[in-house]
Amino acid sequence: MSFMKNLVNGTNFDADSLNALQKVTLRAVVMSFLFFGLVAIEGMIMKIVQTGPAVNPLPEMFSHPAHYFSIMTVHPIVGIFGSTYQLVFAAFMFLVPFLTKKPLYSVKLANAVWLLITIGTALAWIAAFVWQYAPLYTLYWPLPADTEQFSAIGGIVFIIGVALIMVGTLGFIYNIYATIFQRVGVHKDKTTKELLISGFGIDGMLNLWHKLTGKPPYSKEPALALPVVAIFRGTVDTFLDAIVILGAGILVLVYLLFDAGGHPLNVAAIDALLYKNYFWWGLDLVADGLVLIYVAGSWYLLATLITGQKLFMENVARAALMLELLVSWMVWSHHLLADQGQPEMMKLISGEMVTAFELLTQGLALFITLVTLWKARPLKMTMELKYLLGGLVGFGLAVPAAIIQADMGMNRVLHNTQWIIMAHVHIALIVGLYMTLYSALYVLWPIVTNNTKMYSSKLSNIHFWMYLIGGIGMGAFGGMAGLDGMLRRHLYVHNEFSTLMTLAAICGSMVLIAWFIFLFNIVMSVGIKGLIGIFLPAKDKTASYGIEPEVIAENHKE
Amino acid sequence: MKFSNSAELLSFHWVAYSIYALLIISVIAWFGYNLTRKEKVKSIIRIPFYGYIGFLVIAGVGHHIFTYNAIPWVSQDITRHNIKPDASYEFSIKNHKWIDMPKHVTVQCGQTIRFNVTSHDLVYGFGLFRQDGSMVMQMQVNPGTDVNGILEPNDILWTFNHNGVFDVLSTEYSGPDAYDKHTGKDLMKVEKWLTVVGCKDNGGKK
Repeated sequence: MSFMKNLVNGTNFDADSLNALQKVTLRAVVMSFLFFGLVAIEGMIMKIVQTGPAVNPLPEMFSHPAHYFSIMTVHPIVGIFGSTYQLVFAAFMFLVPFLTKKPLYSVKLANAVWLLITIGTALAWIAAFVWQYAPLYTLYWPLPADTEQFSAIGGIVFIIGVALIMVGTLGFIYNIYATIFQRVGVHKDKTTKELLISGFGIDGMLNLWHKLTGKPPYSKEPALALPVVAIFRGTVDTFLDAIVILGAGILVLVYLLFDAGGHPLNVAAIDALLYKNYFWWGLDLVADGLVLIYVAGSWYLLATLITGQKLFMENVARAALMLELLVSWMVWSHHLLADQGQPEMMKLISGEMVTAFELLTQGLALFITLVTLWKARPLKMTMELKYLLGGLVGFGLAVPAAIIQADMGMNRVLHNTQWIIMAHVHIALIVGLYMTLYSALYVLWPIVTNNTKMYSSKLSNIHFWMYLIGGIGMGAFGGMAGLDGMLRRHLYVHNEFSTLMTLAAICGSMVLIAWFIFLFNIVMSVGIKGLIGIFLPAKDKTASYGIEPEVIAENHKE
Repeated sequence: MKFSNSAELLSFHWVAYSIYALLIISVIAWFGYNLTRKEKVKSIIRIPFYGYIGFLVIAGVGHHIFTYNAIPWVSQDITRHNIKPDASYEFSIKNHKWIDMPKHVTVQCGQTIRFNVTSHDLVYGFGLFRQDGSMVMQMQVNPGTDVNGILEPNDILWTFNHNGVFDVLSTEYSGPDAYDKHTGKDLMKVEKWLTVVGCKDNGGKK
C-alpha cells in the first residue's frame, strides 16, 4: 500500500466496526497522546532554557520568569491530568467491563469524562498562556491568591479548569464503581458485601489468615479479579484526591472572586503550614496512592495476560493492595521534612517510617510480577513484554530514589532539588508508568481496534529504545544536577548547570522524537479517516467486549 | 562512618545510587533475556520470598538508622530546642526582600549557628550554597503568626566543619517577582553572605 493510502485509510482499521465502548476508549487515548506531545514540548522548552544563554537557542521570551513559570505551572496539569489520567481512565473504563464480563455502566458518562478532562486541561493551559497565571501545581498558600503577582481572571480560569478535571474524575469514579457493583452477568448472585470485601482485598487477607490457622480458604473464587481489585482500591485514593484538590480550588476561587469584586479577603486567615498538610495529603494520594496501586494492578494484569497463568502468590498480592491503601493515607509528611514547624514525630512516623513501607509494597509487586513471568518461560519478547520490563525498570529506579530522600538527613540537602523531580518523578512517570501503559496499549490494541495491524513493528521498536534510553537518561542527568545543588523550581540564567542540562535536553529530545514516531505509527495504522471515525457516533451501542482474557495469552507462548 | 558535611554525603550518595541503578537495569535486562531462552536457565541466586521481604524491611528501616548515625544534622535538628547555639541570626522576608538580614556573617570552624527566618507574606525558602552551586542545607520558610500576632519561626541549627564562602538563595518558588522581569536574574540571591574560617583543609578544627 502506498504511503498516502496508508495515511488516509490506515492498514485494515475500520472505525465503523467499533462498538460504543471501543470508541469512547479510543477517543480518550487519542486526547491523552496529544496532551503527551504538548507536555513533552513544554518539558523540552524548560530543559533548553535551563541549559543557559550560552547554549539556549530559544527566543528570549522563554527565559522571562513569568513565561517560564507559567509553563512550569501547566506542565504537570497537562501531563498528569490531560495525558496520564485520560489514558488510565480510558484503559480502566475498558478493562473493568472486559474483566468482569459486564457492560460499562454508562458510555455517555465515559464520553463526558474525556470531554471534561480535555476542556479542563485546555482551560488551565489557556490561563497560563494568556494571563501567565503561575502559582505552580503545589499552589502553596497564599501564592495562588496573590493578585499582586497574578491576574485574578487568570486564576479564576485556571481553577475552573482544574475543577472541571476533578468533576470528570468523579464521573470516572462513579462509572467504575457503578459497573463493579452492577449485579448482572457473573455477579448476578453476588451481594454488595461480597463485592466490597473482594474490592478492598479483604478476602485475600482472610484467605492468608485461614491458611495460617489451618482452616479452608475463605473464598476459593474471589468475586473480583485481582486487577479489578487494584482498580477498585486505587480509585478510593483517586476519589479522596479529587475531593482535596476540589476543596483547595474552591478556597482559591473564593479569594479570587472577592478580590475581583474589590473586596479582598485576608490571606493570613489560612494557616500556610496547615494548608500544606491538607494539600499534600490529597496530592500525595496521586503519587503514593493511586499511581502505585494502579501500576501494581496493571503489572499483575499484564503478567497474567502475557503468560496465561495465575498470578504468583495472588492472596499476598490482594492483601498487599489493602496495605497499600492504608500506607498511602499516612505518608504525606515526607513532603514536609524541610518544614521546621512540622512536628518531629510526624516527620519521623509519617515522613520516614510509613513511607519506607512503599519500598515493601512496590518491591512485592515487582517480585510477584517477575516470578509470574519467570514461571511461564520461555516467552516471546513481544512489544507488550518489552514495555512491561521497561516499566519495571522505571519503578525499580524511581521508588528507591524517593525513599532515599524521604529521610530527615537526606532531605536537608536534596529537598526541592532536581533530584526528586527528575530521578524520581520523571523516571516514575515517563519510564515506569508510561512504559506500563504502553504495554497495556499493545495488549489491548487488537481488542480495542478489532485486530488492526500495526503499521510498522520496526517503528514500534525504535520508539521503545529511544523512549527508554531518553527517559532514563533525562532523569539521570537531571538527578545528577540535583546532587550538584540545582533547584527544581528556580530559573537559572548564568549557565550554572549547562553541561548536565544539555545532556538532559538531548535525552529529553529522544523522548519527544520517540513520541512523534509512536504517533506516526498509530496514524499510519488507523489512517486519518479512521481517526476522524473514532470521534463519530458508534453504530453499535454495545458497552462491553466479549473476548476472553485467556485468548491473549495464547499469542505470547513460544 | 560519619559525614562531616553535605558534599561528602552527596558524593557517597552519587556513587551508591549509580551502582544500584546499574545493578537494577542489568538484573531486569538479564531477566528479560532469559525469559525468552528455550533451554532451562539456572538462576544465579535463589531468592527466597521471605528473605526478599526481610531485605526490603532492612533496607527501608536500616536506611534511616544509618543516616541517623552517619549524618550529624539529623539528631541536632530533632533536639535543636535544647541546644544552645554559639550564635543566632534572626531576619525575615517580605515582598521577596530580605529584611534585617546581616550584610555578612563570619563563622568560626565548629561553631553551631541558629538561623531563624520568618515570612510576612508568602512561602519562601532559606538555603546556603557553595560557590560551585552545591547545597549546604536548606529549609522552608512558611508565613503565619501565632495567637499574639508574632510571626511563626522557621529555625534551623547548623554546625560548620569546613571552610567556605556561601551564597543564600530562597529555595522555594514564591512567584515571578523574585526575579528580574527581563534578565531573569534572581533578586533574592545574596552572594557570599556567610564565610567559615579556621578549619583544616580536610575539615575540622585546626
